[in-house]
Amino acid sequence: MRTITYLDAITEAIAEEMRRDEKIFHMSTEAPPKLLAEFGPERVRQTPITESALTGMAIGAAASGYRPIVDWRLVTFSFVAMDQIVNQAAKIHYMFGGQAKFPILFRTTVGGGTRRAAQHSQSPYSMFMNLAGLKQVLPSTPFDVKGLLKTAIRDNNPVVAFESGRLGSLKGQVPDEDFTIPFGKADVKREGRDVTVVALAWLVHEALAAADILEDEGVSVEIIDPRSLVPMDADAIRTSVRKTGRLVIADEAGPTAGASAEIAALVTEDAGTFKAMKAAVSRVCALQVPIPYAPHLEDHVFPNRHGIIKAVRAIMSEG
Amino acid sequence: MNRLVMDFLRGMGVHCILVEKICTVHGEERGMEASRDLQLNMLRQMKTIRRFEERASADFLAGDIYGIVHCYIGEEAVAVGVCAALEKNDKIISTHRGHGHCIAKGADLNRMMAELYGRETGYCKGKGGSMHIADFDIGMLGANGIVAGGISIITGAGLAAQFDGMGQVAVCFFGDGASNAGPFHESINIAAQWKLPVIYVCENNLWAVNVPTSDSMAVADVAERAKGYGIPGWVVDGNDLLAVCAAAEEAVAHARSGNGPTLIECKTYRHRAHTERADQPDDRPQAEIDAWLQKDPIDRFVAQLRKQQGQISDEELAAMDDEILKQIEDAVAFAKASAFPPLEAAIQDVFAD
Repeated sequence: MRTITYLDAITEAIAEEMRRDEKIFHMSTEAPPKLLAEFGPERVRQTPITESALTGMAIGAAASGYRPIVDWRLVTFSFVAMDQIVNQAAKIHYMFGGQAKFPILFRTTVGGGTRRAAQHSQSPYSMFMNLAGLKQVLPSTPFDVKGLLKTAIRDNNPVVAFESGRLGSLKGQVPDEDFTIPFGKADVKREGRDVTVVALAWLVHEALAAADILEDEGVSVEIIDPRSLVPMDADAIRTSVRKTGRLVIADEAGPTAGASAEIAALVTEDAGTFKAMKAAVSRVCALQVPIPYAPHLEDHVFPNRHGIIKAVRAIMSEG
Repeated sequence: MNRLVMDFLRGMGVHCILVEKICTVHGEERGMEASRDLQLNMLRQMKTIRRFEERASADFLAGDIYGIVHCYIGEEAVAVGVCAALEKNDKIISTHRGHGHCIAKGADLNRMMAELYGRETGYCKGKGGSMHIADFDIGMLGANGIVAGGISIITGAGLAAQFDGMGQVAVCFFGDGASNAGPFHESINIAAQWKLPVIYVCENNLWAVNVPTSDSMAVADVAERAKGYGIPGWVVDGNDLLAVCAAAEEAVAHARSGNGPTLIECKTYRHRAHTERADQPDDRPQAEIDAWLQKDPIDRFVAQLRKQQGQISDEELAAMDDEILKQIEDAVAFAKASAFPPLEAAIQDVFAD
């Protein structure tokens, strides 16, 4: 085991896979320096600022036997490529009757906290979850991001990796040897008895901090990190809620039709889990607004450990 | 810049440059060189496209084919002329008006018709229909329901061909309407910068649904736009099969030798309305339609063949027509004899293994 940052884990995952398979290449509007130094400008392409063209080109290259990686960089920029994502990448395998495989990794950074205002502080993964045909991961640790990216690169489908901008410098333990993490397998980040907190990305770490404080109050919190949004590990979430009887969902995105809403539905539509519930589901999300610039406003809009603590206290007092 | 304005400016001594042109006269000259077999095969393909679509239209109006059908009739010389310049392992991508490109690249008529009929033996197992026929085994990367949707995809196939280094090329078919959309400009810019082996073939049929091209572009020719990306741009008579073929051969040679992309604008016309639906509005002037019917690419090529003594007889033409009609009948019979996809197919192929 070594201790490396979330960003280093991403670079390691890509570099190891590129060494393993020469059909993998990387395209982005700024070539990552470490990858460029090792693999050269043919396989690590610096491109014009044309996210739409890059996304489409990845589809065409994938159909021709390659395994492209496209970094949209901030998820903001993926929106200019939406035709290629929604109408082409997500549907092309199904629409053509499964004739060809499209192994593509789309990388993108989500989240706020950088004082860069509305267009550069977004967490729109639920928009993508609504599409059939795209696998999606949202890792919260260096270990998870490395293992999930390696799985994504080896997958024969378009996969979107939402990388949390707030976690880039986060350090964590990563094995020396090759490893992967399967999609659709949630991780229990902390075991507990009284309340389940399903937390996404940066909120996993806020939930861990909240759990320490709540433990001092005698409340035992279980923290579940779904890690992949599509497929979503409904079983793991339901199992935890059946044990604790209480569910808080913490997400940096707004609540409306969000990943948090999907998780709430997966839990409450399951009769066995619903019967085990002692309180209503509680969501700790961003306010449903574009993200403002002024620091105190931005901090007010985003959820954090204090919001989680408040929600857990409220749900505990409910029953 | 309008050519009249340009001529005026030149007359005034102002230096202007118009994009390079291919003279359509080359067509007949070229015809003398092409082998008889190749010529007859191209004629057969054009006729096959036309008969296939006449049948598809009739069966659509009869309710046996669903949704929407866009016919390529009148534009056959473009797909056939371009694909004649390609090898099997070269790749193409198509538009919503895609039957012609499929047939010209060598797609199987039975599987095409079965797809239109929504059957499990169709190219897409009945999940795509007329707008989404693809055959990856012959390098046909799909028809596409989004105007300009395929331009970047085939550019990526061009990048793959460049990586492979085997001299393959990628051909992008698109319409005049798509040349106003972002993917056209983004893709050609990057293909030019990276010298990708892509041939961009604009089928300018003069109308984007019911909007005349002259209402949506300030330049007379789509090919003029090539200048902005530093690549060759040629205007070709898209109803002259051999002229299209000659331009395509030149563009393919240019791409195969590592010189990058070319933009070929084929001026052509669809004989029919935008779609085959019975109430499809068609704002095009009848006189314009009639004038283009006189320039029918199939009639024109037959006349060229006849002028070349011994190229084709009435008997040969009749026999060819009979064979094609039988193939179409067989394709319809194959489609009708095929099963509809089972309900469990609805949840299959969302993801690949």
